[in-house]
Parts: sequence; C-alpha cells; structure tokens
Amino acid sequence: MTEPNRRPGARPVVTGLGVAAPNGLGTQAYWAATLDGKSGLGRITRFDAERYPVRVAGEVSEFDDTEHVPSRLAVQTDHWSHLGLAAADMALHDAGVKPGDLPEYEMAVVTASSSGGTEFGQREIEKLWSQGPSYVGVYQSIAWFYAATTGQISIRYGMRGPCGVICAEQAGGLEVMAQARRLLRQSAAVVVTGGTDASLCPYGLVAQISTGMLSPRDDPERAYLPFDADACGYVPGEGGAMLVVEDEATARSRGARPYGVITGYGATFDPRPEPGREPRSNLGRAIDLALREARVTPEQVDVVFADALGVPGHDLAEARAIAAVFGPHGVPVTAPKTMTGRLYAGGASLDLATALLSVRDGVIPPTVGVRAAAPACELDLVRSAARDGPVRNALVLARGHGGFNAAVLVTAP
Amino acid sequence: MTTFTLDDMRRIMGGCAGVPETVDLADDIGEMTFADLGYDSLAVLEMAARIQQEYGVRIPDDAVDEMKTPQAAVDYVNRRLAA
Repeated sequence: MTEPNRRPGARPVVTGLGVAAPNGLGTQAYWAATLDGKSGLGRITRFDAERYPVRVAGEVSEFDDTEHVPSRLAVQTDHWSHLGLAAADMALHDAGVKPGDLPEYEMAVVTASSSGGTEFGQREIEKLWSQGPSYVGVYQSIAWFYAATTGQISIRYGMRGPCGVICAEQAGGLEVMAQARRLLRQSAAVVVTGGTDASLCPYGLVAQISTGMLSPRDDPERAYLPFDADACGYVPGEGGAMLVVEDEATARSRGARPYGVITGYGATFDPRPEPGREPRSNLGRAIDLALREARVTPEQVDVVFADALGVPGHDLAEARAIAAVFGPHGVPVTAPKTMTGRLYAGGASLDLATALLSVRDGVIPPTVGVRAAAPACELDLVRSAARDGPVRNALVLARGHGGFNAAVLVTAP
Repeated sequence: MTTFTLDDMRRIMGGCAGVPETVDLADDIGEMTFADLGYDSLAVLEMAARIQQEYGVRIPDDAVDEMKTPQAAVDYVNRRLAA
C-alpha cells in the first residue's frame, strides 16, 4: 500500500556525502585524487588471485574494519556493510544531521546492494565443509543478506522510518535515490541512501567472471578503457558512497547547505536480447525521461557521467544514446570510475556524489587511461585532465547487468 | 578436571561477538546481563556454539535462553563439566 504524499512538492536536496573509494577514503581524499586523475586500481591483494583470469581490481586499501566500525557491529556484518556503515557515518556528519534529535519514524534508509555479503559467506561456507555445520557462525544468517547494510544503519542510528534495499546491479545506486525521493514526498524527513559493494573474494569474483565482461589484463593502466578502441572489459572494485537527502525546506530551516538538488530521474529496461539481432538499449529513453522531468534541455546539461562499461558493444550503445540526445560530441562526458573500477551497487552512488562535487566546485573530473577513443563513439570525452566548469546540471547514467537503465539529473542548489 | 572461568567467558565473548562500546570486558561483568553489556540473543547463541566446540559441552537452546549473565553461563558450563 502506498502512503499518501504529505509533501507532494518536496524538493530533494543532498546535504551530506560519505565516500569509501579505492582511490580515496573520505570525500576530501577521494575528490582530490579524482581531480588529479589518481587511480586506485591495482593487483588484487585481498586474496591470492594469481590463478584467476581477473587479477586487477579497485580495493579500498586504507580501510580497516576494526578502526572504522564498532567491534560488536563488525563481527556481524560483511566487509561491504563495513564500507557502507563508515560511509553513512561520514555522510551524517557531513550533513550535520543528529539522528537523536529527529523523530525516529521520519528517518529512512534505502541502500543498493548487488552481491550481498559474499566474503562473509565464503568464510562460513569454508567452515561448513571443513569443520561441520555447528561451526557456521550465527551471523551468517544476517550478514549475507542484501538488506543487511540498510538494517544495520537503521539500528545504529534509530532510524525507524521506511527502510529498504534495491538490487538492480549498477543501476541500483541511482534507483535508491528515486526511492529516497518518493519517501521524502511521503513521511520521511531525512533519508540515508546510496550504496556500496565489496565482492573481491574468490566466490564473489568467480560469480562476476561468469558475465564474460571483466578485464583479463594485468596492467592496471590498460585494464579498464571505456570508449577506447582498445577496450577489453571492466575492472571490478569495492566501495561506494552514501548520501543524506532531505526536503529543501527542512534542510534550509536547520541551516544546512545543500550540494545540489535531485531534479530528474528516469528508468527503463532493455528488451530481451534476440538471437541474430543486435542488442537494443533503452538507455536513451531514460535520459529523455530525466531531462523532461527536470524541464532541462540537452543544451543546459554541462556534463554526463557515463556508465562506461568498457565492453565495446555496450560502449557504442551508450555513446549512441548520449549522441542521440545531445548530438555528436555535444556534451562533455566523463567516467571517473576508470580510477575505481566498477563498484556495482556502489558505482552509481559514487558517481552521484562525484557529480554533486562537480557542481559544487565547477570542475569536471577526468576519465583516465583512454588514449584512442573508438571513432564510432562520438563523444566529447574529458580525458587525462580535469576540465573547468561551470557545472550547473550534471547527468549520471547507470546500467545494471540484465537490462536496467537509470538516469538522474542533479542541479546546482 | 577442566573448569571454565569468567576469563574464559570474556575471551569467548570478545572473540566471537565483538567488544561492547560502553563496557570494558575486563571489568566486573559477571553479574551484568548480556543485554546490558550490549549482546543480543544472537550473540549469546554464538557464544554458546563456541563453548560447545571448545569444551565439548552440549548447551541446548533452552539453556541458552536461561543464561542471562556471563556468570550464569560460567556456572552452567561448570555444572556440565562436573557431571
């Protein structure tokens, strides 16, 4: 049952950001590295990946579970939740939101998850086959579950409003923002949203490899080259971002300074692939929907944060969708995820945070690694170095494995 | 004869269920309730599982429900070890 909209005209603004990314832990460290084009990709160290066909990833190397998550909470949660809990805490601090001061049923949590707690699960499965069922820890029952990060954030801060999780692979990081917006129009005053993922364990990696879209290259600088003639798949990563969203009136009344407004959203699904026929993409329609809702023309968009899969056919489909709306080479396009790898549920949330920082500082972060853009991709790709703005409207695109498309437009406050 | 002490219990608590934020496990925690120490029923279940593995003492779920404090757990385990 849908709740009545108490605030149908709510204008959702983002007032807090928390980032846990392979090239920077904390918003400031991440943003500085990203503008500098510093990559967080490297050889996998979380386990011995020598004998696996994928050996390069984006790991959040500075993160220490015991330092960033309270001990009692750390034992019952997977690494992916640890990253999410740390990012949520940063975002709440950044927003200046004190959960104890707010009505508990008006605080909501909606996060995206793609893999769930695979590393935790692998550890427990190993105990199962090597020692027996009684050695499997009780926390397996709650740690693997996609909603675990949402639930633990909700418990930690006493946020008892509507809570949920969205699983739409990479698109989930934008879908949660759409859900947060719906909740703000209903009963929520503050929503903690965003996503993280961390599936760099043998079990998690093998599950990802089955798509055939991961990069087999060992050179971190040549492994993930979206829109490049030499593209060979994508590099997986861990981490993501959490965002605090509120109605603008509520945020202003407590003196918060918004990073930006969520002005447009569109979601579509691709048609079922047919043998012998080129796959069709509905990403373009998601872009149209987002711009139409925001009443923003393509000329008014200052940058597009691309999904940038790094798989030639998919890159071309995205480049065509962008060119169809904005014209060939018609808008600056960037993919800072070339410095983090694809973070699955965390990826689009991190792009959203990055887009908001881009709006705040009037600068577009670069796409690293790309040397020779594929001629068929008619894009104005922001390469090698950051480009100065101004950035008033930033469009973030995400595609989730299996056919999800989402687009979110953020606008200067 | 093997005995099970409050220090053994402290080690198991911290090892499998984490350390509480507000209480130091080294303090006089024997008569404090698990709930007050910040351990929920799932945490106590986990502790019971570890004790069973390490000491070979079977602890049925009903008995776990009755263990409200670390000292109650220690007493239960020692009764079973002596039996």
